[in-house]
Amino acid sequence: MTLPTMPFGDDITTEDILDTLSFFESWEERYKYIIDLGKSLPPMENALKTDERIVRGCQSQVWVASELRDGKLFFAVDSDAFIVKGLLALVMAAYNNKTPAQVIDFDIESYFEALALIKHLSPTRGNGIKAMVHTVQELAKAI
Amino acid sequence: MNAELSQKQRRFNVDEVRAEFPILNQAVNGHALVYLDNAATSQKPQAVIDALVHYYQCDNSNVHRGAHALADRATAAFENARASVASAINSPEAKQLIWTRGTTEAINLVAYSWGRANLKAGDEVLVSALEHHSNIVPWQLICEAVGAKLKAIPVSAKGELDLEAYQAMLSDKVKFVSVAHVSNALGSINPIEQMIALAHEVGALVLIDGAQGLAHFDVDVQALDCDFYAFSGHKVFGPTGIGGLWGKKALLESMPPWQGGGEMIETVSFDGTTFNQLPYKFEAGTPDIAGVIALGAAFNYLKQFDRRELLAHESELLAYCIEKSKAIDGLVRVGEAQHCASVFSFIVKGTHPADIGTLLDQQGVAVRTGHHCVQPLMQNFNIPGTVRASFSIYNSKADVDALFAALDKVLSFLR
Repeated sequence: MTLPTMPFGDDITTEDILDTLSFFESWEERYKYIIDLGKSLPPMENALKTDERIVRGCQSQVWVASELRDGKLFFAVDSDAFIVKGLLALVMAAYNNKTPAQVIDFDIESYFEALALIKHLSPTRGNGIKAMVHTVQELAKAI
Repeated sequence: MNAELSQKQRRFNVDEVRAEFPILNQAVNGHALVYLDNAATSQKPQAVIDALVHYYQCDNSNVHRGAHALADRATAAFENARASVASAINSPEAKQLIWTRGTTEAINLVAYSWGRANLKAGDEVLVSALEHHSNIVPWQLICEAVGAKLKAIPVSAKGELDLEAYQAMLSDKVKFVSVAHVSNALGSINPIEQMIALAHEVGALVLIDGAQGLAHFDVDVQALDCDFYAFSGHKVFGPTGIGGLWGKKALLESMPPWQGGGEMIETVSFDGTTFNQLPYKFEAGTPDIAGVIALGAAFNYLKQFDRRELLAHESELLAYCIEKSKAIDGLVRVGEAQHCASVFSFIVKGTHPADIGTLLDQQGVAVRTGHHCVQPLMQNFNIPGTVRASFSIYNSKADVDALFAALDKVLSFLR
C-alpha cells in the first residue's frame, strides 16, 4: 500500500501554518483557513475507512491510516466534520513525512497552544483529535 | 390551584429571572453569552449558589451523627431539603426519596438492587429506542448477569414512542419497564401515564427516567402511579453530583441494599449486619450534604412560581424557534413529537453538527452537538448526530434571534 502524498509535513510545515494564522484577526478568517487546509488533504479511500482505523469522538469521527516508508511515517486521514478535518491537516503538518523519533519529540500541546486551538485537544468526549494524536504517538513509539 | 395560593405566587418575568442567574451575564468569545444547552445542564440561580456557600461558611458538619450544634444544623437543613423535594413531587413520605449522585446512579440502584433480587432467566425488561445510554446500559448489565432479555420499544420517525408496539410487547414475561419522561435528544414527552397503567396490567414495575422531566414541569409521583422516579439535581437548577430516586415505600423496603458502608447500617458485627431504615439503607457513606441543601434551595426557588407559567414561556420559545427555523434552507428538525419539551434538535443538509457547534460557539452561542448519548436513537434516524438548542426559563426570544443570526453566519461560511 502506498498512501497518496499530501502537502502537510512537506510543502506545508507547522511554521508555515503558525505564520499564516498569526495574520488573521477574526475567527471567520481563522476557521476559513482551517477548513481550507482540510480541503487540501487528499481524499481517503473508502476501503481504508475500516473499524480498526476509526477514532471515535462523540461529536465527530476520525479515520487514520498510516504506513512506514524509508524510515518515515506517512498518513491518510479524514473526518466527517470540516473543522475536524482541518485540525487533522494541522496535525499532519507535524507528523506526516517524519521519522518516528521526530513524531515522539514534537511538542503537540505547545503547537496547539500557539495555534490558540488548545480547546480542541480536550480529552475524550470531544472530536477525536486528542485520541488521534495519542494513536499516532503510540504508533511512533511502537516502531 | 386555589386563588389565594396563586396570589401569593410570584408572577413570571423573564428579565427578572434572568438577572437571578449570575453566570448568564458574561461574554464568550467577545459576544454576550447565549446559553442554549439547558438539556445538558441548567444554570443556577443566586439562591442556590448562596445555599452552597452558606453551608460551607456556617454549617459544614457531618449529618446524623455529631453531638454538637453544627451537626444539628447541617442535619436539619439536610432533612428539610429532603422534605421539601419530596413534597414537590408529592411523595407520601419524605423517606421515600433517596439521595443519589443523579439519575444515572438512581437507575443503577434499582437495576442492581431490585433487578438482582427479582429478575431471572426468561424475564424481559423493556426500555425505549429513545433512551439515554444511562437508561440502557444498567439494564443490559443486569439482564446479562441474570439471563433476562432487554427489549426496546420502537420510536416513530417523528420521535414518538409506538404505543401499539409497546402494548404488543407487554406480556407476563415483562417484569420491568424503564422509560424516559422526556427525550433528552428530541424533547418528546412520552405518554408515561398510559404506559405505567399498561405495564401494571401485566404486573410489571415502571421506572421513569425523569432527568429531563422535572426541569420543565411539576411531577406528581402519586398521580403518575410510577413505581420509581429518577432525577438529577443539576438539570433542575441545583448543583451537579446530586439527584434522587423516589420509590414506592413497600418496594424500597423489600429491596436489598446495594452499597455497603456507614450510615446505611443499624448494627454491625462479624456475625452479621442489620440495616438501617429508609432512606438511609440506600445512602451508604457521607452524602453530598451541600448538594442536597442547595438542591432544596433550587426547589424552593421554583416553588415561588406557578410552573405552568414557566412551561408556557418555554413552549412559546420553542414555537418561535420552530417558526424562525423555517426560513433556513436545508434545515431539518429531528423529532417532531406532538408533545414536546423546549428542545430543538436539527441538522442542516450538507453540514456536520460539530462544525455548526464550533462556529456557533465562536459567536457566544452554546449548544450541544453530537449523538447526545443516544446512539441507538441516532442509528434509528440514520444520522451521526444533531445540533440541539434547549431552552430554559431564563431564555428569551432575543436568545432565539441570536441563535439564528449566528446560524446564518455559520451557514454562509460552511456552504
